[in-house]
This record gives sequence, C-alpha cells and structure tokens, in this order.
Amino acid sequence: MTERNYLTADYTLRSWFFTTDHKRIAILYFASLTMFFFIGGAAATAMRIELATPQADLVSDDIYNRLFTMHGIIMVWFFLIPSIPNTLGNFIVPLMIGARDLAFPRLNLLSWYVFMLGGSVTLFAILAGGIDTGWTFYTPFSTLYSNSYVMVAAAGVFIAGFSSILTGLNFIVTIHRLRAPGLTWYRLPLFIWSLYATSVILVLATPVLAITLVLIAVERFFGVGFFDPRIGGDPLLFQHLFWFYSHPAVYIMILPGMGVINELISCFSRKQVFGYKFVAWASLAIAALGFLVWGHHMFVTGQSLLASLVFSFMSFVVAVPSAIKVFNWTATLHKGSLRFDAPMLYALAFIGLFTIGGLTGLFLACLAFDVHATDTYFVVAHFHYIMVGGMVTAYFGGLHYWWPKITGRLYSEYWARAAAILIFLGFNLTFFPQFVLGAEGMPRRYHVYPPEFQVWNVLSSGGATILAAAYLLPLFYLGYSVFFGARAPANPWDAPGLEWQTSSPPPEHNFDVQPVVTRAPYQYSRKFEAQPQNA
Amino acid sequence: MWRQWIPFWHPGVSPEGGDVDLLFTGLLIASALALGLLFFLLALFCVRYRAGNEVDRENHEAKSWYWEVSWTTASLLCFLGLFVWGASVYFELYRKPLDELTVFVVAKQWMWKVQHPGGQSEINALHMPVNRPIRLVMASQDVIHSFFIPALRLKHDVVPGRYQDLELTARKAGHYHLFCAEYCGTAHSGMTGEIVVMEQAEFANWLTQQAPASPLADEGGALFRQLGCSGCHSAGSKIHAPLLEGIYGSPVPLSDGSTVIADDKYIRDSILLPRSQIAAGYEPLMPSFEGKVTEDQLLRLVLYIKSLGRQP
Repeated sequence: MTERNYLTADYTLRSWFFTTDHKRIAILYFASLTMFFFIGGAAATAMRIELATPQADLVSDDIYNRLFTMHGIIMVWFFLIPSIPNTLGNFIVPLMIGARDLAFPRLNLLSWYVFMLGGSVTLFAILAGGIDTGWTFYTPFSTLYSNSYVMVAAAGVFIAGFSSILTGLNFIVTIHRLRAPGLTWYRLPLFIWSLYATSVILVLATPVLAITLVLIAVERFFGVGFFDPRIGGDPLLFQHLFWFYSHPAVYIMILPGMGVINELISCFSRKQVFGYKFVAWASLAIAALGFLVWGHHMFVTGQSLLASLVFSFMSFVVAVPSAIKVFNWTATLHKGSLRFDAPMLYALAFIGLFTIGGLTGLFLACLAFDVHATDTYFVVAHFHYIMVGGMVTAYFGGLHYWWPKITGRLYSEYWARAAAILIFLGFNLTFFPQFVLGAEGMPRRYHVYPPEFQVWNVLSSGGATILAAAYLLPLFYLGYSVFFGARAPANPWDAPGLEWQTSSPPPEHNFDVQPVVTRAPYQYSRKFEAQPQNA
Repeated sequence: MWRQWIPFWHPGVSPEGGDVDLLFTGLLIASALALGLLFFLLALFCVRYRAGNEVDRENHEAKSWYWEVSWTTASLLCFLGLFVWGASVYFELYRKPLDELTVFVVAKQWMWKVQHPGGQSEINALHMPVNRPIRLVMASQDVIHSFFIPALRLKHDVVPGRYQDLELTARKAGHYHLFCAEYCGTAHSGMTGEIVVMEQAEFANWLTQQAPASPLADEGGALFRQLGCSGCHSAGSKIHAPLLEGIYGSPVPLSDGSTVIADDKYIRDSILLPRSQIAAGYEPLMPSFEGKVTEDQLLRLVLYIKSLGRQP
C-alpha cells in the first residue's frame, strides 16, 4: 500500500477542483500553464515557418498579425507572469518556510479560477477571430482602427490581472506571517526573497494595467477621448500607462527565475550563495528601480529629450543589481564541488543566456543606438534572451530540481541532460541570428521582408524547429517518470532547505513535526554534506 | 575604413551614422570583454572544481565585501560611460532641424505620401539631394507609424495629432530602405519604400521633370479662401482677427501672458484647437477645424501662411 501523501489523499475530481492545498493548486496551475505554453509555442512555430521565406506563403498578413499577437498575449500573461510564482512558488514557498499552507488557501484557489476565467475569455477571443493589435494594444490602433476582438482579449487580460494581485498578496502575507520559528529574514532562502520582490510588483503594478484597459474600453465604447487625438486624447499617454505596468512586469517575469537559480547553483556547488545579503537586496532594488525606467520604450516617440535622458540613465542603473547577481553566482562556483545534474545544466545555461540578454539590454538603454535598433529584431532577440533564455530556462531548471519532491518520482537523468543541451543549442540558433537581423535594420512584426534578410531568417527558423522539439522532450520523459519512474527519496540532491526535510511527495499537512530553524540557508559541511536548516 | 570590418555591417551613410556605428562597436567590445571574462571563469570553475577533482578548496567559505564593492563600482562606472556616450550622439541625431529644404510626409495605413514644397509628390519614395540636410515634417492621418531608414541610423515615430520634425542628411548617393517600424495593422510590412539619394544637379533635374500641378503654398492659398479663413484673417475684415502676414517664425504674445514662436506646430494647433492658445488682444471667436481638414490640406495651409511671411 502506498504511503498517504497529498497526491494519494483523495482521488476524486472534487478533491482536485475544490482543494485548498497549495500543492494541489500548484499542480492545477502547472497543467494549465503547460497547455498555454504549447498554444503560445504553436503560434511562434507557425510564424517561424512563415518567415523562412521573404514572401507570404503560409499565412495571410491578417493571420500573421493575429499569430504574433496571440503568441505575445498568451506567453506574457498566461505563461511567463504566472510560470514560476504560481507553480513552483505555490508548491515550494510554504514548504521552504516550514508552513502548512499559504496564508489564504481559499484565496489561492480563487486565484486559479480567476486565472482560468481570464484565460478562457482570451482563448475565446482567439477562436472567435483573433486580435491583431500586438500584445502591447497601442492606441489609437487598438481603440479605433482594429476590427478584431480587442475588447474581449483585453477583458481576458484584465480578469487574469486579479489572479496576479491575489497571488502577490497571498505571498506577501505568507512570507511575513507564516515563517517557521527561528526563520529570520536573513535565514530565508533567496528564492523567497525574489518571490517577495515579485509579489510587491504584482500588487503595485497590475492595477495600473487594469486601469489602462478600462480606459481603452471607455474610449472604444463611449467615445471619451483619452488616447485618440481627434477627440482630444494623447496616444502617448497610453504608452506611458502601459509601460508603467509592463516594464515592471518584465521584472515579474525574471525575478522568480533568478530566485530559482540561487537554489540550483548553491545545491550543485555544495556551497552557500556568495554574497547572500547583496543578492537578497539586489532583488528588492530591481523591484524598486524597475518602476522608474518605463520611458525607455519611448525614445523615438518624440517624448522630451530630457525625459529620454533620465529614463536612459535609470535603465543603466537598474542593470547594476542584475550584474551583481551574475557576479555572485559565478563566485559561488569558486571552490565548490560541482555536480552537473540536469538542473545545474539549466542554471549554467541561464547565467550565459541571461547575461547576453542583459548586455544587449544595455545596447537598447543607450539612447543613440536605440534610435536605430528599437522596433527591430534586435529588440525581439534581446527580450527573448531574457524571457525564454532566462525565465523559461530557470522554470525548466526549477521544475527538474523539485520534480522528485512534487511527484515523488525520479526522471531519466540521461534524457533530462539531453533536453537541457538541446534547448540551449536550439535557443541560440533561433535567437542569435535575430540580433544580426535587427542590427541590419529588419523591423519586427513584419510578415514579408526584403530578400537580403533571408539567410538569417532561415537560420532562426531552423533553430526554432530544434527548440520546439527540445521543449516537447520533457513532456515525454517527465510524463513517463510519473508512472514508471523510480521512487524518489525525501532529499535526492542532499540539499539543506526545509522543503527537502519532509517526505517526497509531502504529506497533506507538509510536515509531521513543525520544523524549527536553527541556521542560515545553504550550509554545507567541509565534506560537502548538506546541513539541514532545522537540524 | 574601420567600419567595413564589422561583420555583416553596412556602414551608415549619414553624418551621425559614423558616430552610431562607433558607439555600436564600443558596446560590442565592452560586451565581448564582459562575456569573455564570464565564460572563461564559468568554464574554469566548472572544470577545476568539478566534484571528485582533488584541488585546493581551503577557505572556501571565506569571502570579502571588497569583491562586492569592486564589481558594483566597476559596473556602475562602465554603465555611466556608455550612458553619456549614447546620450551625446542622441542629442546630435535629434537636434532641432534648421529650416532649410523642407519636405512633408503624411503617413497613413499603409503608405508614405511625400510632398515637396514645389508641389511634387511621391508615394513610398523620397528623393533627396546628397550632402544637403533636409527637414522632414511628418504627420499621421490615422494610427502611429514610424519612419525608419536603417542606412541613416534614424528613426522617428509619426504620432497622429501632431507634427514631428527630423533632419536627414545622406553622404552617399544611392537607394536605401524606408520601413514603417511601428506596427500599424494589416499591411504594416508592406508600408515600405525607398530613399533615393541623388547628386544635387540630378535632384534639381528630377524636381523640374516631375511637372507639379502647382506649389503647395499656392494650393494652400486657394484652400485659405475656400475654407473661409480669408474672411476674418485679412486686412479689410470687419472681424477682429490677427493678420497672418509675417507671423511665421515670429513670437506671438498669448492672452495668458506667455509667448510662443509661430512654427508649424503652433499654426497646426491653432487651426485644429484655436482656443487652446489665444493670441493676446483677441477674442476666442475662431471655430475649430478638427475633422474638417485632412493632414494633406493642413500642411498646405501651413505652407501658405509661411509663404506670407516671406513677402515684403
């Protein structure tokens, strides 16, 4: 007979859809996000096939515009923003801090339902005929000129935003109130610090997006001039409001990834994270400074040169805490005892790809170069290095790392490493050529393009094929492991975190005995054995 | 020329193109150094400190805040340098254009309509003389577009509801791409054209060969009468309205005590939103022409008023 744990406690559908267990809600999110990831990925694949030739052959211009809009909306709001917080975060945060659950378990379940409602509305907009505004909904195109399902999609995003706010709120309260005895702030794992910073942004920035979408609706339905110059509005006001949310949202999308990387690097180097306090405060610095850089999306709109100057300066400043993190991760490896299991391969890939993404971000923060490169493929390549090379890689790394804890099973290490390497190669082949395309001046969101750009587009499309196949691999070997994988021990990686001190998978109530924390995180003996936080 | 040595790079042909290319090179070198150092350290540590490799790992918990302070300061200083460099070139790119050869651009879904002051107009093409700065005045009829010439390293959004001006100079004759860089709907990727840079004599020939209907300012004059503007803004009018002769480019005192220069933007705004800036000493009587004139007609009116300024 199998041991009773959160998975075997009850098998009814009701026990899943009305659960308030953070671990089961994490699984609900995981299933939904996997679906959205592959929908968004399918749109990207179709675009890359179309772009293999300069002419339009696979799809018409209207369909192409709908594809990239759908790709952007799905990936940003229905995969990247909730990815690590709502799956890994939901599962791991209470375990990591020695709590029974999040502070508001029913709010947690509500947040999933709200998310699914928003997702369904957005999917309906796509199936009914699609949206052609791009994920940025720029006015006055979105308010007056687009004949697609703009308001339905905006409603979907608006609804999903409340799910973000509820999750952020839940994490903040949980981290403040439910830490185990002895778990002081500086004893928190850095994953918790980064999710805390993320939650602050979620709670503060998301309402601005909601307000902006409401203003679009008011203009579209009632003709009140906010953004349309013909009725007294200002199109640039929309961009200010939109990026006031959406630039901090970029940090919502990367901070949790950085948090995961701390856990991986430390565990597989058998050392504590170098410069713990600097890394912890760097997360909060990024969250704070991230609110002051939105104007760097508008250097060529004709905003005042002085504003551009300030936003450029702040964009360089916000890069400093990110640089601090990269240096500290590298220093963590020094004099460690490194093992290269699949999660570590993802972590190393993250450092390389994130750094390339970050450095090219400086190119774009640099005013004169941005005039040339903005709205070209250089930007596309840059943010995919951060969002996909960074966040998605971290998500996969974290998923592999905590998989034995979540499912109680071990996956095939051989296939996991193969997938990690294939994703790394496929990713670079897809997106590196796009830097060249952008530097040569190929604009983004182009359905047909001058023939001289074809070589780089073919390389990129070839890479996308590899990447698509590589992203499908985990579906098979992770899926296989759930049914046929070897049973995982409580602490397969010999890590010191609290989440590893309970059985795999954990019991419904997480810990049989309330853990009491006695030391800082990431402690290893001289022989590189983990020293559990509660021992 | 050093710029030809950058792989896959076509050197910019504007006077500032060289500065942008140099900046790009600087950014590339700085990044290559940073990445090179990082990848070297990652590789070194991964090989040297792999589990089971017997190497010195004494004092591996020792750390010093000196490291944190050093790499934070070093990054900040590098970033500041790049910031100042990028900003200085940006101010060159977007400096206020001199009022020389002015060409009007009206962007609409999905074409670029270019009009020269002599009345010559072209679609999705801009002919210009080599080595002579021209000033573009751009307006959009509908959504946001963006005027992008990669070869000149220049781009500027064309936002509806206002004029944007931009100075262009090309140092080399030839044909260059013109792209719309701001997504504008269905045929966004078809909103492309060509910048044709010609020798100055050739350009003069081209202008005369185009057989224009009439200069834009003259058409503006006809519009000025047709729309009834002349009923008030003329010397014999019974209505107390400002005379427009000589107004272009001169300071206008406003009723709120401030003063503006009567440039293209001011004249455009005064036609569309006459009550937003009232000239001192006049009643706010003028009706708005918002929705009654197109961007094409507006620029003709502006040019007509400008031509009044040149008369003795």
